Amino acid sequence: MIRVVLPPHLQILARVDREIRLEVEGPATTASVLDALEIQHPTLRGTIRDAASRERRPFIRYFACGQDVSHQPPEAALPAAVASGEEPLLVVGALAGG
Amino acid sequence: MTKVRVLVGTRKGAFVLTADGKRDTWDIAGPHFGGWEIFHVRGSPADPDRVYASQCSDWFGQVIQRSSDGGSTWETVGNEFAYDGVPGTHQWYDGKPHPWEFKRVWHFEPSRTDPDIVYAGVEDAALFRSSDGGQTWQEVSGLRKHNTGSAWQPGAGGMCLHTILFDPTNDQRVFVAISAAGAFRTDDGGASWKPINRGLVSQYIPDPTAEVGHCVHRIALHRERPNVLFMQKHWDVMRSDDAGDSWTEVSGDLPSDFGFVIDVHAHEPDTVYVVPIKSDSEHYPPDGKLRVYRSRSGGNEWEALTHGLPQRDCYVNVLRDAMAIDALDPCGVYFGTTGGQVYASSDAGDSWTPIVRDLPAVLSVEVQTLP
Repeated sequence: MIRVVLPPHLQILARVDREIRLEVEGPATTASVLDALEIQHPTLRGTIRDAASRERRPFIRYFACGQDVSHQPPEAALPAAVASGEEPLLVVGALAGG
Repeated sequence: MTKVRVLVGTRKGAFVLTADGKRDTWDIAGPHFGGWEIFHVRGSPADPDRVYASQCSDWFGQVIQRSSDGGSTWETVGNEFAYDGVPGTHQWYDGKPHPWEFKRVWHFEPSRTDPDIVYAGVEDAALFRSSDGGQTWQEVSGLRKHNTGSAWQPGAGGMCLHTILFDPTNDQRVFVAISAAGAFRTDDGGASWKPINRGLVSQYIPDPTAEVGHCVHRIALHRERPNVLFMQKHWDVMRSDDAGDSWTEVSGDLPSDFGFVIDVHAHEPDTVYVVPIKSDSEHYPPDGKLRVYRSRSGGNEWEALTHGLPQRDCYVNVLRDAMAIDALDPCGVYFGTTGGQVYASSDAGDSWTPIVRDLPAVLSVEVQTLP
């Protein structure tokens, strides 16, 4: 079981609570977790990754165990604590200051 | 009993305003999709309970929402807008080639006869069509593949296709307008398109009379006389009597011929409305006075409509999709401002009252006249 935390706008769009729990087959990677997320919540397709290219949208970041994993390859393994469900994968919208 | 439903898109959500035929007491519902930009909300003429909304965000991209109960509840439908083939390039602001990239839907135009058929005007400029109620979208690519397409450039607000007009007497004819490419027409149901910009003069482009490159802000027509088009260009209010083949200026005695909205009276094809804006650098009304101007002669002679509108210290803008006209008699006229006011006139513009004063900046206003 993988835990994913979405930004507030996407929680409202998908009509979910702050945290979503997913069953992910195979290794836990950003690609496999987001694939499972989009299957469970199709309304999120295109809002985190481009629907066609699957590339991360420019103003989105992924964090795991206090680390920015946005720039890791999508097939790279997420930390063991995320894979075990101990820690969530955070999907974060870029913050604007000022 | 007759009702009207005003559909408002704002920078931070959608609102649905309803009233009976007297249009003096309003119910305000919303925000729907709070926090998201809602570029356009539009109902189907074939089934007024079918409503489409364009929901978007710089962070999370494009979402399309559909309602089957007049905007009370919503469901997400398809948000994949893939350009046909290899998209190629258009010109960027600096004149260099730039790849065509989908950014957002600016405008919906649902079919008059089938609630599942709807057209979407998008940025970067292209026309898409859905025949399954918005679940899937296919590009009407003859437009973008016109031989001038690679020369189109964005306006300051982006390269958006913002106006789609069906000819009610000819289902093969459609008009569209793009900032800053100009106006185009198809006479074969979308297979091929021609620029219809002859007579437009835009001093800010290298060739002021070029075939394309004109910043058309809005076009309107009356359903009983679809060969007559009225245009609010970046500067200049224009009129065509030959379905866009040629244009003449009808700015006449307006205090400024810059503006965004233009619309036509529901029952008088020669009665036209605009909201003059001081200039393209200032984007607020002249003299701090919010005035709708009405021509009853198809242009050139204009009267200021001020009763009920602020006549001092008003510095809002009225964006291109933020005016609508209902089908009652006398017709109602509605417009929204970047200050969050939605004004209504139930007497064809003679007097105005705010339906609501403090919404987020208004991007679009549409109205449905319901039985």
